[in-house]
Amino acid sequence: MFGYYLDLALHSLKRNKALTALMVLAIALGIGASMTTLTVLHVLSGDPLPGRSGTLYYPQVDPRDNGGLLPGKEPPEQLTYIDGLNLLHAKRADRQALMTGGAVPIQPDSAALDPFYVEARYTTADFFPMFGTRFRYGQGWNAADDEAKAREVVINSELNERLFGGANSVGRTLRIGDTTFRIAGVLDDWAPSPHFYDLNTGSYGYAEQVFMPLLTALDLHMDHNGSTDCWGNGAGGAGHIYPAASCVWMQFWVQLDTPAKAADYKEFLIHYSEQQKALGRFVKAPNVRLRNVMQWLSYEMVVPDDVRLQTGLAFGFLLVCLVNTVGLMLAKFLRGAGELGVRRALGASKRALFAQLLVESGVVGLVGGIGGLLLALLGLWVVRHRPSDYAALAHLDPTMLFTTFLLAVGASLLAGLLPAWRACQIAPALQLKSN
Amino acid sequence: MQIKPILAALRRHRLATLLIAVEIALACAVLCNACFLVARRWTMIEINSGVDESSLAVLTVNGFEPSQAADVNARMLAGLQAIPGMQSATLISEVPFGPQTGAAGISHDAESFKNLIGVVDFVLAGPGTYKALGLKLIEGRLPQPDDYRPATSFAPEDAQVLVTRALAEHAWPGESPLGKDFWCDKMHFRVMGVVDHFARAQPSQYNMQQGEWTVFTPVVPGGSLAGTYLLRARPQDVQRALQAARAAVPKIAPDVVLDQDNSKTLGDLRASYFKTDRIMIGLLLGVVVLMLGVTALGIVGLTSFWVAQRRKQIGIRRAIGATRGDILRYFQTENFLIVTFGIALGMLLAFVLNAVLMKFYELPHLPLYYLPLGALALWGLGQLAVLGPALRAAAVPPVVATRSV
Repeated sequence: MFGYYLDLALHSLKRNKALTALMVLAIALGIGASMTTLTVLHVLSGDPLPGRSGTLYYPQVDPRDNGGLLPGKEPPEQLTYIDGLNLLHAKRADRQALMTGGAVPIQPDSAALDPFYVEARYTTADFFPMFGTRFRYGQGWNAADDEAKAREVVINSELNERLFGGANSVGRTLRIGDTTFRIAGVLDDWAPSPHFYDLNTGSYGYAEQVFMPLLTALDLHMDHNGSTDCWGNGAGGAGHIYPAASCVWMQFWVQLDTPAKAADYKEFLIHYSEQQKALGRFVKAPNVRLRNVMQWLSYEMVVPDDVRLQTGLAFGFLLVCLVNTVGLMLAKFLRGAGELGVRRALGASKRALFAQLLVESGVVGLVGGIGGLLLALLGLWVVRHRPSDYAALAHLDPTMLFTTFLLAVGASLLAGLLPAWRACQIAPALQLKSN
Repeated sequence: MQIKPILAALRRHRLATLLIAVEIALACAVLCNACFLVARRWTMIEINSGVDESSLAVLTVNGFEPSQAADVNARMLAGLQAIPGMQSATLISEVPFGPQTGAAGISHDAESFKNLIGVVDFVLAGPGTYKALGLKLIEGRLPQPDDYRPATSFAPEDAQVLVTRALAEHAWPGESPLGKDFWCDKMHFRVMGVVDHFARAQPSQYNMQQGEWTVFTPVVPGGSLAGTYLLRARPQDVQRALQAARAAVPKIAPDVVLDQDNSKTLGDLRASYFKTDRIMIGLLLGVVVLMLGVTALGIVGLTSFWVAQRRKQIGIRRAIGATRGDILRYFQTENFLIVTFGIALGMLLAFVLNAVLMKFYELPHLPLYYLPLGALALWGLGQLAVLGPALRAAAVPPVVATRSV
């Protein structure tokens, strides 16, 4: 039966080429626009560390006094250096890393290269195993190196390419400022997107080229990059090298393998806050948060406003296209009312006619879907050539490919429902008589 | 033109009529809101920075210890001023459309933020910077040599400053801002003058009114005022002077590192700062045009169907004396009625959409004048779309009435 309906549908579509083309075009444009924006949205709200993000948590405590500039009931988005060290040394999680961002001057050995700055991350050792960074050569440093303020660094593959032509540089030396470091490891292409562990440096398309033990970096007065929020007498400024004790500027991540451990850790944070209050460091009642990666990203609303606006706009456009298709399909089906009357008179049930008309709209949807897919590919190509920091991420993956067709066929079937129902209401006798 | 017969005919095509009306309504809602968003972005892009952008460039170096700041400044300023074509090289902490360096909350009271004025940008500026920027003083006086204070954080402890008119009107509405005091915690500032316009570093991160909440702060070079230099040259020379300055940095100060990304002309900084906004405007307009096109094609399709369906009736009307003009006007009036119905629905929808957008974005209410403009556009669109099918209808010969099919 389906084959016969398909045959009828193709026949009927061929008869009104202009109308069919118009419907296909409307569906294709609507699908193309909405799939382009939806893909961008999908990519940008994706999981930066699939498989791991569920067990990674971002503890927040509230060390502020009651005055100050930082508003709201939410605790600050970062930690003070003291709280960071305390939580790090408490070692209450399966893994934990304290970190902040910076920039370091690389002094290449080769005279052909001028000194240049690269983005850096100052962190403690667990960063690498906790985030599951992939290494091309060597490995990270260990906790003992952290305490010893070892002169060791991990560099990424881009810097390795620039300085050593991509060769295995583990064990070689690297001059940063006035200090000589030993390269402990070279990362493979590893740049989680969004840059979840520190959103202050930009959410997308950001990758540090040098990773340095935190205490080493602070000891050597390396430049700090990122957000600093202060309260009380905290305004540090250029006279001091690093922000004062009443400033938050550190990120702290922990790995907690089970939900029970996460609950325990939250208890620990409350306990810690109470203890600090008893010591007089904290003023407020315990105000703690423990969000995992995805919760953190949604709390921080990392997806750019423009992207959400574009998606909304594209779906508005799809809606206009659909209403348009409903109208055109209605015209098309009613124009073929004579034929439908004949089929009814020859014994076809209303249901059979309905099914036949839906097959017809399904065909329009499928062709429109293919057109929409091509338009979406074109749209994504355009997005990739735009100067935004997420441009390079805009690719169609199999999920989105499947969604495109589902959306296209579903949308045009939906658009076909009303006209098909209306066309089935025709009294066969009337149609036969008038002709 | 009689409207009653048209309404009677439409009542027999309720579904199709409703569909066109809904399409027009959706188009109306999206059109009004999209144009509103475009207009807002356009105003943002056109923000008056208050400075002579075409004559200015900025050059940033870093990689020196704070203790070296004064020494680096002295060498850099002397070296940069010696470049041919350079009218002046002075110190500044941030320029419009460059990186933001000193934003802080200010308040009417000392050591309290209860009476908050807002978050403003403190632009630290060395001697000569006011003149180089080309700011326009509208009230008060310019900084004198002893107004320049040392600063080791984002601002000096106590200083006389210039504020923008936008900030003055916000902080002291209806009063003269001259001599007024404001604080940032313990730091104290007094207004000595008001400039017409001066955009902050990242204006589009704030709403439209706050884009010019800028405090021009005279500061002695050194301390936290180091490493960022404002270069001024004639507009036709500025690109060349900047190139020469960038090339000269390794010779002037071999111990510092040039910040490539933040050493550009102000024109380039502005262009790249608003690039994404320009793209967004293009995108919004593109969608609007496509949507109107699709709507028009939909009207053409449905009206063509009606014309085909009513061929016989049109023939009869022609046979009993209706002119071509009558038939043409019939379809035009019919379209006008449907579109009017759609617009009425669309205005409601436009406000709903605006309310939804306001919930997610910092947007004011949709100004009312967008509605008549949107209505005019859609009436025009409807008439344009219906013209083809209506002309075809008018061309139906009366003889059709006598044929059986």
